[in-house]
Order: sequence, then structure tokens, then C-alpha cells
Amino acid sequence: MEGLERILGEHRLFVGLPQPFVALAAGCARNVAFNAGDYLFRSGDPADWIYLVRHGHVALEAAVPGRGAVMFETVSEGDVAGLTWLLPPYRWDHDARAIEPTRALALDATCLRNKWETDHDLGCEVLKRFLGLLVQKVNAARFQVLDIYARHY
Amino acid sequence: MPAITEPLAPAEGDPMLPRIVRVGKRARDHNGTVTLTLESADEMPLPTFRPGQFTMLYVFGVGEIPVSISGDAADETCLVQTVRAVGAVSQAVTELQPGDTLGLRRPFGTAWPLEDLNGRDVVIVAGGLGLAPLRSVIYHVLANRARFGNVALLYGARNPADILFRSQLEMWRKRLDVQLDVMVDHADSSWHGRVGAVTLLLPRLAVDAARATALVCGPEVMMRFVAAGLSDTGIPDSSIWVSLERNMECAIGLCGHCQVEGLFVCKDGPVLRYDRVRRLMGVKEL
Amino acid sequence: MVHIVGLEDTLGSHPFAEGMDPDALRTIVGCCANAVYHPGDYIFREGEAADNFYLIRHGLVALEIHVPQGPPIVVETLEAGDIFGWSWLIPPYRWTSDARASEQVRLLKLDGACLRGKMESDRSLGYEIYKRFVPIMARRLASTRMRIVELATEPAVTPRHKG
Repeated sequence: MEGLERILGEHRLFVGLPQPFVALAAGCARNVAFNAGDYLFRSGDPADWIYLVRHGHVALEAAVPGRGAVMFETVSEGDVAGLTWLLPPYRWDHDARAIEPTRALALDATCLRNKWETDHDLGCEVLKRFLGLLVQKVNAARFQVLDIYARHY
Repeated sequence: MPAITEPLAPAEGDPMLPRIVRVGKRARDHNGTVTLTLESADEMPLPTFRPGQFTMLYVFGVGEIPVSISGDAADETCLVQTVRAVGAVSQAVTELQPGDTLGLRRPFGTAWPLEDLNGRDVVIVAGGLGLAPLRSVIYHVLANRARFGNVALLYGARNPADILFRSQLEMWRKRLDVQLDVMVDHADSSWHGRVGAVTLLLPRLAVDAARATALVCGPEVMMRFVAAGLSDTGIPDSSIWVSLERNMECAIGLCGHCQVEGLFVCKDGPVLRYDRVRRLMGVKEL
Repeated sequence: MVHIVGLEDTLGSHPFAEGMDPDALRTIVGCCANAVYHPGDYIFREGEAADNFYLIRHGLVALEIHVPQGPPIVVETLEAGDIFGWSWLIPPYRWTSDARASEQVRLLKLDGACLRGKMESDRSLGYEIYKRFVPIMARRLASTRMRIVELATEPAVTPRHKG
């Protein structure tokens, strides 16, 4: 348990989070590892785990009929693979595939949600961090959608 | 711009007069992009250039356009230029074959501040075809690596197929003394590199912001976001340089329409310091 | 006093505040004001300090990125019941796009600096606000990503220049 707390507190997303909250969140955590080619999750599966990547490289991709998969983001150390667990009905709308051997801390999304629903202080601190990540990722996705390099803006 | 009706003898002093050069080699990159190695066709040495400058290339009977110099400034035997077919003249330039001749007006424009890089961390951020004018800087930095602190090279492209100078990037990537990251907007499953916005790489740069100089070249919207992002990491605006190529074709600033707020983008540019143009880059039309 | 009650009702009836804790609602009203924009007006511009966020009561708002040549690119349009403006949430607190009224627009404008101050001292208020922003942003992320995927399946558009 102490190990998980330390690892969680050192992840870029949770750096600076007050220790009691780290301890609470660590109660929902476990270590996971994936080989290259393994799927962390697939589109349509329930989005019930939060993957804080510690090492490795993960591709987020969506299948396009007749064309294979399109990769729209890759996630590496210090980042989070998949945020759909924040959006009801909590079902993945894309795949996550390890490109390299990947180690992550997996947080049980239901467990974490239950904790912050009863402890709004924890909720405030944790949601603020995920919201910051969402803002960063929405801005990045916007940049990609502009198709700047092709259109020469 | 004055019309050039016939090729003229080389005149070292007059920037309006073209000289004749010959295509030595032609390399096709992706997507209608071609890199030409130009050689002297008149026994006279080729003009020297400073990285960041461009020349005016003239295809006989078609017209003239500004083209980035993408070669090594230390190699005076040839002039390497990269062009993408987006219109009639650039199309004609990309169709030139080895042995063909064309007109060239000497290198124009401001250069990247290479002297200012000595002793500093160097950040080079290129997007799309913007890698071409920065390749000359990369040659210089890698050939004189000991003069600089940490060196980071970030490149953004639409997709893996659109990556310019790919084999060279792969070679540079093997070096242990350079941080090189390539980011594409999207890819298929065979891609093993990074996907996302190039701006996401900026907070993770392994440089000391206070002693870093950044050079940025790419589509203008990309430069706007990247330069603002670099500024957010703590690099002073006065240590960030961009290459603004709007209206570059007027080449020597004779025309009035490219003057904005006392700056001739064509004459004082293309390479400009971000603190001087930050506000300007928010303007819709220069 | 009548004015304040009016604002509280207006805020309380916006979908963003649906089911909000009454204490939190009363606190937020103190950071809230009405605003009206005419067609074509800029509500904010890229690069400016992001001090607010907005709840749309009536009208259509376009989030745009301006480009050197040609009309701006509309990255998203938002309408009554939607919210926009999230750069006030994270450093460097600067807008990353322009926001422009596409038609006559009536908004509730929330002062981000005022809210940030209150949320720092009152985490349950922070919780109320963040918990509303999170699914909205997660949905925007999902839809923007789907557009990246669509884009990847289209051939690249090459603009034609005079050169």
C-alpha cells in the first residue's frame, strides 16, 4: 500500500496533491503492465479504469470501417491514457493499445468517484487536476483539427 | 514586382538581375515537395547564403517565386532549395530535371541569429515544410555541436507520410546529444512515434528556459501557438525567433503593401524576433 | 436586492447550474453579471487574459481561429444552454481562440478570478463547479477527436497560391 501511495504521489498528475488525498486515492489503485500490442481497453468496453502511465507508450485509436485504425493521440510517461471514464455513460469510444511495454497505475474509476462524492475536498482537488488535463487535451485536439500543415495557414 | 522578360547576365551588385544556374540533382520528397541541388552554369561561384534566407527562382517563360534554402551553408559548391508545388510557378520549379537551367536572384532576407546561439541551449521547432529553412540551421548546429548547451529539435507534420527529410530525421535521432521529437496530427497503426499537437511537447523540453534561444518555422498559425507556448515555458520573447513569410515575394521591400507598424516583413524578414512581431501575428492581414 | 434575486433565478435556471447546491449558487451569483453582444462582436480574443467564462442564455457563439489569409476557421459553435471559456481554469489563463457572437447573444458572464478566489477557500464550491465542467470538457474532447479521425480519412487539401 505504501508503495502505491508513493508511486501515485510521484505521478505528474498528482504531484503536490496533499498526502491524505493521495492516501485516499491510492486505496483505488493497483499496478498493471502491458506488453507491446496489448490493449489497455477497447471501444465499447465499460470505462471503469483510469490508467496513469508510468513507463511506455500507448496509442489511442479509433477504428474506421475499411481503413483500419486511426491514431489520434499517443500517451507516455506522466500522462493519462483515456478520459472517457469522466463522461457518462462511462463507456470507451476508442481503443488504447500499448506500442511499447507499458507500466501504469490503474485506478478503479467507480471507487474514486464514490470517494469524491462523499469527500468533496478530495473531489475538488482531483477533479481540478483532471479538468486541467482535459483543457490541455481539448486545446491540443483543436490544434490537430485545424489541419495546419496541409492547409499552410 | 518588375517583370523579368529575359535572362540577364549575372550582376553581383544588382539584386534585381538574375543569374543562370543549373539543376544538378533533384530529389522528390512527399506530397509534391522537391529538393533541387543547384550548380553554377556560368563558371562563377554560387552566391553564399546565411541560413534562413531565400532566393527568387525564375522558370523561363513561367515566372518567379521565392524558395527556401534548405542546404548546408558550409558547402559552397551547390545551393540546395526545397519547394512544394502549390501554384503554376512552384509546379514548374518542381518539374525541373537535372541539366535544366533556371534564373536565380541572390539570397534575400534576414537570417537565423546563429551567432547568438553560441553557449546557449537551442530549441528548433519546425512544422510541415518549415523544416526546410531550418535544416540549414540544423547542419550548422550539429557540425558545431560543442558550441551549444542542450539542443532540442521538435518537428510537427500532418501524418507520417508527410514527414519531410524523413531519413535524415531518423539519422539525427540516433545521436545522443540531441533531443529529437516528431509529432504527427494523426497516423495509422503502423506508426510507432508520437501523435498529438506539437505544442504538447513544449512543456517537456529539456532546456534551461533562461538560457535558451528558440527558432520556429512553419505555417503561421502553428508559429503563433508554438511561440506563445515557448513563451509560457519561460523563454523570453526576445530569445524566440520566427520566420514570417507573408508577402515574401516582394523580396526587397520595394512595395508598400507589406509594411506594417514600421516593419517590412519582406525586407526586415522573413526571420524576425518574436517580441517585435508578437502583436503583429495576431493581426489578420499584414 | 430585486436585481440580485433576478440574477440568481437566471443563473439557477441555466442547465449549467441544474441541481446545484443553493449555498454554492448564492456564492457564484456574487461573481456573475449579464452581458449582451451584437452580431459580429468579439466576446474575447486569442492571447488576451482569460478572466471569465460564459453561460449562453440566447443566441449563437462561434469559437474561431484566425488565419493569415481568408476567413477564420470556426472550431465550434455554441448555443443557448451551453457554456464556453475554460482558459480561466489553468495557467497561463489566456484565451486560445477568439469567441464571436454570430447573432444577438445574451450571456451570463462569470468572473473567473472572483471564482478562483472563492474556490480556493471553499473546496466544496470548487467541487460543484469542477464536477460540471468535467463532463462538458470530456464530451468536447471526444467530439474533437472524432473530427481528427474524420480528417485523417480525407485527402489533404492543398491551397492554390499565385506562386
